[in-house]
Amino acid sequence: MASTETTASSAKGNPGDDPAGPSTTPATEAATDAVAGSAGSTHGSPAEATTETGTGAGAEAAGATPRPTAGDLAGLEAGLDALDSAVVARQPWLRTALSKAFPPVIAIVIVLALWQLAYHFQLKPHYLLPSPLDVFRSLQQKWLEGTLLGFVWTSLSRGALGFLASVVLGTALGLIVARVKPVRAAIGPILSGLQSLPSVAWVPAAIIWFGLSDATIYAVVLLGAVPSIANGLVSGVDQISPLYLRAGRTIGATGLAGVRHVLLPAALPGYLAGLKQGWAFSWRSLMAAELIVNAPDLGTGLGQLLEQGRELQDMSWVLAAILLILIVGIGIELLIFAPIERRVLRSRGLLVKS
Amino acid sequence: MTTSTLTKPAPADAGTTGPYAARIHHVSKSFGRPGAQQQVLDDINIDVAPGSFVCLLGASGCGKSTLLSLVAGLDKPSAGTIETPGGRPALMFQEHALFPWLTAGRNIELALRLRGVPRAERRGEAERLLELVRLKGAYGKRVHELSGGMRQRVAMARALAQDSQLLLMDEPFAALDAITRDVLHDELTRIWQTQNSSGSAAGNLSVLFVTHNVREAVRLGERVVLLSSRPGRVAREWHVDIPQPRRIEDSAVADLSIEITEQLRGEIRRHGQH
Repeated sequence: MASTETTASSAKGNPGDDPAGPSTTPATEAATDAVAGSAGSTHGSPAEATTETGTGAGAEAAGATPRPTAGDLAGLEAGLDALDSAVVARQPWLRTALSKAFPPVIAIVIVLALWQLAYHFQLKPHYLLPSPLDVFRSLQQKWLEGTLLGFVWTSLSRGALGFLASVVLGTALGLIVARVKPVRAAIGPILSGLQSLPSVAWVPAAIIWFGLSDATIYAVVLLGAVPSIANGLVSGVDQISPLYLRAGRTIGATGLAGVRHVLLPAALPGYLAGLKQGWAFSWRSLMAAELIVNAPDLGTGLGQLLEQGRELQDMSWVLAAILLILIVGIGIELLIFAPIERRVLRSRGLLVKS
Repeated sequence: MTTSTLTKPAPADAGTTGPYAARIHHVSKSFGRPGAQQQVLDDINIDVAPGSFVCLLGASGCGKSTLLSLVAGLDKPSAGTIETPGGRPALMFQEHALFPWLTAGRNIELALRLRGVPRAERRGEAERLLELVRLKGAYGKRVHELSGGMRQRVAMARALAQDSQLLLMDEPFAALDAITRDVLHDELTRIWQTQNSSGSAAGNLSVLFVTHNVREAVRLGERVVLLSSRPGRVAREWHVDIPQPRRIEDSAVADLSIEITEQLRGEIRRHGQH
């Protein structure tokens, strides 16, 4: 080791700052040399290897043996980065949309065709099984009367208001359950158990408490949606990699700063899933409530429309109402939740390309 | 030139905050309940001189990562004291631990923000740090768009953004392929030397680097501290006088690695003798 020690002070230094250094030698040459050097030490005796080091280090000080320099290293790194980086080619927007819309459209067409066939061959009498066209006419009639959008709007505004209230309550509840251990032990299991309780079960209780009123409808919506939103946030917090929390603490994100800069953003995917489910539960609960809570002074929503159809034994009316409920539910999901979720997941690289 | 900071022991005038960047003083650590305790670290004494590069080497079970957590302040020792006069140390993990909801640049800016850097200066400082790790155009890149080596370099930039005088590294390159790891060794050496050069405003940067890779330890460190396992004790220490920049293929590196590996194997063999 004596040889290396003698050259220690002369060869040390920052390669990047030394213009007199061997900066012109390409990295490949250095690599070849290194391979040759290691081959030599493998085959040769240990004594030979040591001598080689001595001369190598001595020669290096004289500028003969190539060493990685700043320029080489930068080039090498740029090359590695280029080789390692995934090339993401995004497909044209229109083509993606078309290829995604095509299969469901085909499925719908098939279902309509089967329905039409069943109608044509009179599997059931026409008053029990109207044709797709009958249902469409029923919708058209309500549209021409100018009442259709009113029904949709009544339900949609109730659903949105109930959902927003659920978000506020569910988020606060979820944060408390996720972060406060005694609270979690006490009501965590109840909260997840509540999700399996069909919210229609609350309707009789709500009617007894609030009568046939808007309060009853909103109570049922809240009881349906709050648990799933809170649960979504809890599982979002639980799924945070401990690594992020550790990393957050080492860069000084503790206490409230930790909640704001690490905990909440890290929990966002789970929270969004909870919100999505919360909307589905709000909408379902709302329809259950509207079906049963039927009073003239309450506005007519889609649920009430459905119930009126049943009372009149008008099957195309009933089917039209069911179709509208489905379309509104799917529409909100597709137009509001799906784009937000996709954006969040894509920005984190969590969206797997199919 | 930076020759003075490379020789051992560190010169007296090297430190601005004290004679050491970290002092691990009679530190022991046990886990488990009283009565059924398992001792992980036993009476560890290591001083890290300002501007120095110390590698902690050991087989699994030697508690090297535990020791690093203690130095980082993420956990408390059962006995003994750890002093880091330069404030909270920066810590780098085997996984990059960058936040995927932020861009590369924003990750660095978050560290700057938590350090108290005014908003107006953050962007420029983040760009400067990215340039230091040679990722000039990566400011707006998402973490998943970067390769493993690039992520670790951003993580390095984020650690440097803490402006700590002590950088703790817990096997930061263990998950990378050999070619990338080799390049990052050069890069880490360069950055460490740059931070310690006389013209640098940042002051000294000491590195405490944990690894189970003997060659890596010899490639990088000025000192290599070998820990024995269960419980972890300082078994032996080497001063590495091979001049930087070294290469992992250098025969001087190989020679010392063989010597250290023999010692390490001896430590491991002792555990099979019951």
